[in-house]
Amino acid sequence: MSGMSIFAGRTRLSVWALLAVAAAALLGACGGDGDETLTVYSGRSETLVQPVIDQFTDATGIEVAVKYGGTAELAATLLEEGDRTPADVFYAQDPGGIGSVESLLGQLDSSTLARVPEWARSPDGLWTGVSGRARVLVYNPERVSEAELPRTIEELTDPKWRGRVGWAPTNGSFLTMVTGMRAVWGEERTRAWVEGMVANDTAVYPKNTPQVAATGAGEIDIGLVNHYYLYRFVAEEGEDFPARNYHLPGGGPGSLVMVSGVGVLEASDNKELAQQFINFLLSTVAQQYFASQTYEYPLVEGVNVSRLLTPLDEIEQPQIRLADLSDLAGAQDLLRAAGALP
Amino acid sequence: MANLISRSQRPPLFVAVPAALIGLLLLLPPIYLVVRTFDAGTAVFDLLLTARTGGILLRTLLLMAIVTAASVAIGAPLAWLLERTDLPMRRVLGVLAALPLVMPSYVYALIVVLALGPRGMLQGWLEPLGVERLPEVFGLPGAAFTITLLSYPYVLLPVRASLARMDPAFEEAARSLGRSAVGTYLQVTAPLLRPAIVAGALLAALYTLSDFGAVSLLRYHTFTWSIFIQYGSAFDRTLAAGLSLALMLLALALVAMEASSRGGGRYYRSTPGAARRARRIALGKWKWPAAAFAWGVVAVALAAPLAVLGYWVARGVSAGEPLDVLWTAGRNSLYASGLAALAAAMAAVPVALLSVRYSGWAGIVLDRLTYVGFALPGIAVALAFVFFATAYAGFLYQSMPLLVLAYLVLFLPAAAGAAQASLRQVSPRLEEAARSLGRTPWQAFAAVTLPLLGRGVLAGATLVFLLSMKELPATLILSPIGFKTLASAVWSAAEEAFFARAAAPALLLVVAASLPLAYLSFRQEREE
Repeated sequence: MSGMSIFAGRTRLSVWALLAVAAAALLGACGGDGDETLTVYSGRSETLVQPVIDQFTDATGIEVAVKYGGTAELAATLLEEGDRTPADVFYAQDPGGIGSVESLLGQLDSSTLARVPEWARSPDGLWTGVSGRARVLVYNPERVSEAELPRTIEELTDPKWRGRVGWAPTNGSFLTMVTGMRAVWGEERTRAWVEGMVANDTAVYPKNTPQVAATGAGEIDIGLVNHYYLYRFVAEEGEDFPARNYHLPGGGPGSLVMVSGVGVLEASDNKELAQQFINFLLSTVAQQYFASQTYEYPLVEGVNVSRLLTPLDEIEQPQIRLADLSDLAGAQDLLRAAGALP
Repeated sequence: MANLISRSQRPPLFVAVPAALIGLLLLLPPIYLVVRTFDAGTAVFDLLLTARTGGILLRTLLLMAIVTAASVAIGAPLAWLLERTDLPMRRVLGVLAALPLVMPSYVYALIVVLALGPRGMLQGWLEPLGVERLPEVFGLPGAAFTITLLSYPYVLLPVRASLARMDPAFEEAARSLGRSAVGTYLQVTAPLLRPAIVAGALLAALYTLSDFGAVSLLRYHTFTWSIFIQYGSAFDRTLAAGLSLALMLLALALVAMEASSRGGGRYYRSTPGAARRARRIALGKWKWPAAAFAWGVVAVALAAPLAVLGYWVARGVSAGEPLDVLWTAGRNSLYASGLAALAAAMAAVPVALLSVRYSGWAGIVLDRLTYVGFALPGIAVALAFVFFATAYAGFLYQSMPLLVLAYLVLFLPAAAGAAQASLRQVSPRLEEAARSLGRTPWQAFAAVTLPLLGRGVLAGATLVFLLSMKELPATLILSPIGFKTLASAVWSAAEEAFFARAAAPALLLVVAASLPLAYLSFRQEREE
């Protein structure tokens, strides 16, 4: 019993000590931050974006605090915060993400907007694309020859592709492509395509990267993805990683080019700095970074594309404005009705 | 009689006030979800009342049943071996066996797919034997396998704590009356362990309900998967809130089932005298089969995934990838999770006291409420905190205290369940004896009950610590801006398919989590 009372005394003492430490730690963590700092919510990952932000700080002396997270989570956070948001800028992975917070965004300078092609920005001047990513078929060249590749995305419903193709029906980029299909093809043809793909045992993946991995491993022969993931696999696995990108010809929705998007929050009291930041993202320096380091397509004139990529003007894009492709819930309803989503 | 005396009193202020504050905090997510569900209107019902919802619900319950049963089958015997036998190297095993809990489920699932996928690593080794393609790992078997390996520690830790506190006199009486060792275990030990086993099983079940990372990569569509589609690809947080509310009701039904299965049994000794420590059982010829079981679990659940991570790091380094030492992220992870564990330990005690020692609706409601945050997707809880903090407590928004409160709401049942199981093993007569000797309720609690609760509270706090280490959505949204943790470093790299860069912080996550576990285990060994 004496052992127990010693233990009791020690426990009580250490509980109080821990309480005191915790209280001190919590108070210490509550420091405020200065006003000259720009606050960015970034749905694009730190690895890809922080180097550009550092360049911005070096060039202008403006400090940038960044909250990194998933585009969808940050968009939902911004909608909950409303006009009490600490954010000045939202930088989203895809047009759907930036479009979902349009009601919170302020007007961008027209000179900024003029630098970006019309299809890649909001017609109301609320957001602009920063870098482009193309929808492609990623294929395994050891299992599919170039001559065998389909000429249109609709050919993938042919029985010869049964069980050989993968897709990610919940992925934002995929949903944007389906929205493009609805805009170009109409409801019925889109639904027929989705039903054909489901009937053809298309393998379901949660997102793009596992599809690229599965294509390289020979688990599937073709995946419906964005173009740039392939180059990360090649960088880690080496040049002989057996997967290549293929841009569908013919200007159909299967060769849609999308963008990452950026906008300034209306509630920001740092709008000038925010505008300066967006101008920097569209500067030659930053655009060159995206072209050469993240293998994306620059959206302003006079920047060279990475040699690994098919130049943008050789991709036969459909004639759609990305701003018109915001109804992702509609695309989801169609996928659900066609049996691609439970 | 004993129950009448000990349960009918009104709780003293040192129980009632903290319990009320904790209850208010736990109510925030449900209130938020109700508000958002009203925004969605009838669309929620349109979505819920489709034929498919029934199928998704059945799939979810099936996965949950399998994971729960398997977690108990692994966790409970392992706890007994570690706590009651002379299993070789049990101290090391005790630390290692708890660690799978710290692995983010999507990392774990990613490794399972890469290793056991149709054309994965295992297939690569078997290719010379003519194996072209392995059977599908996707779907129910893969999801159940993966989540079980992540969930058995939910059972292991509380059962170990309960065994350590159990009065050996019960078992000795059974043995002296001629029961065999096995008969004693089945008829005496196991029933006495029931509160701890059921509490752990409930956590495993609710975790299965809330998991998204594993089920999405292993392509098994559960209810939470549907919620994430609403957040993640339709950008519709109101519909997501409606579905989350439905998930919460399902979880509450499970919790009510657990409570009714517990019944009104007593788990403490009713005669005078104090419990001794149990003597360890010599395993004899069972030593090596038992060791094979314990090491087998650790090998599959921990060593194999760590080996894959190590391989990725090595491959990245040999390809010229810089190997950043993530000191800041590691320190941040330990700091935030440590505070969360401390907060949970302090909050668990009043919750346990109110729900075990005092009758009335308040204890029952509070007990049920603790499970709400645990069963909800983390993003729903995080958004609830955004909603309330920006509106009513702007000064707290995106600060460390708010993040710790969010961890508390997410993980409190892990700590409260362990504390409750311990408290049930403490006879109320001990407190009554202290009161009859003139102590105030607070003095009786501090001198008698709290020290006896120590081990259970510590086990619960350990669970909360491990869970906070890997927590992602609340950490990303609610942490002070620029605050990076190991879990966020893993996520940020894995999201972009930089596996080498993701593997290093994932390994570090496991190492950092093992340090406090090793320390606690060392301290307990010394006390013995």
